[in-house]
Amino acid sequence: MTEEIFTLLRNDAIAKDVYKAVLKGNTSQITVPGQFVNIKLDGFFLRRPISVCDVKPPFMGDEGELTLIYKTVGKGTDSMSRMTAGEKLNILTGLGHGFDVSASGKRPLLVGGGVGTPPMYGLAKKLVHAGRSVDVILGFNTAEDVFLADEFEALNDLYEFGCEGFEGGKPEVRVYIATVSGETGTKGFVTDCLGKIDECTHYYACGPIPMLKALKAAMAKAFPGAGGELSLEERMGCGFGACVGCSVETESGFKKVCTDGPVFPADEVFCS
Amino acid sequence: MADIRTRLGDWELDNPIIPASGTFGFGAEFAKLYDINILGSLSFKGTTKDARFGNPTPRIAECTGGMINSVGLANPGIEKVISDELPRLRGMFKKSVIANISGFSIDEYKYCCERIDREEGIGIIEVNISCPNVHAGGMAFGTSCEAAAEVTKAVKSVTTKPVYMKLSPNVTNIAEIAKACEAAGADGIALINTLLGMRIDIKRRKPVVANKMGGFSGPAIFPVAVRMVYQVYEAVNIPIIGMGGIASADDVIEMMMAGASAVEIGAMNLTDPYICPGIIEELPRLCEKLGIERLTDIIGAAHD
Repeated sequence: MTEEIFTLLRNDAIAKDVYKAVLKGNTSQITVPGQFVNIKLDGFFLRRPISVCDVKPPFMGDEGELTLIYKTVGKGTDSMSRMTAGEKLNILTGLGHGFDVSASGKRPLLVGGGVGTPPMYGLAKKLVHAGRSVDVILGFNTAEDVFLADEFEALNDLYEFGCEGFEGGKPEVRVYIATVSGETGTKGFVTDCLGKIDECTHYYACGPIPMLKALKAAMAKAFPGAGGELSLEERMGCGFGACVGCSVETESGFKKVCTDGPVFPADEVFCS
Repeated sequence: MADIRTRLGDWELDNPIIPASGTFGFGAEFAKLYDINILGSLSFKGTTKDARFGNPTPRIAECTGGMINSVGLANPGIEKVISDELPRLRGMFKKSVIANISGFSIDEYKYCCERIDREEGIGIIEVNISCPNVHAGGMAFGTSCEAAAEVTKAVKSVTTKPVYMKLSPNVTNIAEIAKACEAAGADGIALINTLLGMRIDIKRRKPVVANKMGGFSGPAIFPVAVRMVYQVYEAVNIPIIGMGGIASADDVIEMMMAGASAVEIGAMNLTDPYICPGIIEELPRLCEKLGIERLTDIIGAAHD
């Protein structure tokens, strides 16, 4: 973790109550998809933890770029949505343990629910870079809540030009969408899309707790033996392990969501 | 250059800055950010007899100028603290620490203090009496003179280390509680703990934290803390560690003028992890500006 000053480049609405902020600054502490940053906002005491969607590392003297996608759920994120290009932000960066990319297996499944979708994008990108084909299931309430679906699709073009093919061919990204309203994709929840997945030995997920619990149960039935990693969300005081505000009970004892997680092995959490 | 050393009884500190219990863990998180040996001391995470998960989550809420926590004394338990945390802490921090001890019964306080008494590198024991007494209807020990005195006596009977009673501000007369602790043998007083507070999520129409209520801390409570330290200084003749919302070197001076011999920095560590080194760097400059040669000269300076 380091404390860095980032400059806001863009801050645009991309879906209902959902914003995408692109910031310039030192991103070198962010090394694994699934990590988060903690942002100091004027007029608020606690920082706001936001998961990293995408990151461009610093390169040849150029500063890095950080993409965050967040939903306005309260006064803090509301005030974030009103920030404009050029504003400076004090950010604790490189927080938490992310997803284990090396555990992906041949064709991992990525599941994102609502505002839990952003970290899955950075993960998908990393996996595609590593030559992995991925299946992606995204769940939203209604059509106007849907975001990032096109960006996931666009990962199919990552190796369109000038790329030496990977063993097993060009990585493929298949995106399935579920909406509760049924307006887009499959009507229902992310678990209602599992029938479309042919094979899976490892899955990654981020989303609301009820979704994660339902997914874990459904995966155990659909793909017995598949390993999983779940990214949890909890209200945090500090984000770096000092206050013990965000504890969770796991199979191996009490853990802090901020430093031991936010990503946990699926068989460690929601066991009772 | 101003002399920013201070004393808590016989214990000399390089400076009065001490991270408060519950905002600094056992030091490891901050040792990655700066050399924690620059601190006066540190007060480790409130420790009970058994390991505790604490209260259900969510247990943190935003407030204007502060926060509410209902962490509920989550800690690994005294045995693990002694076997794992203290050796790790000694590896990082070469000075004596403040052992923060909590309990839900007189026996639990005694047990923990007796265990910690045998440990090296403990400057003082800070006894948190804001916990509910499970044998007396859940009323916090720190809200009655009798219960506060009873804990003080019990703890003093099992340790030779200096005992500082950490007082709850959720009382009518803080000076009376402090006097009761002093009369029962306390070597010092630490105050204030968090103020009982509550937030309600107006969209959900429910309290923000699962436990409904929690401890309010942060810069917003600083004036309350200054007032209470001032009152306690008038009432007792033992050293005081002042805390509650301190956020700057100016606040440190103000708290010491109210009567504190040293101060603890709490909630601010969580939002600005570099707050303590910042204050330690600023203190000599501020002393210079205010014409303070020795920091100890200003302890209680605001009193008539």
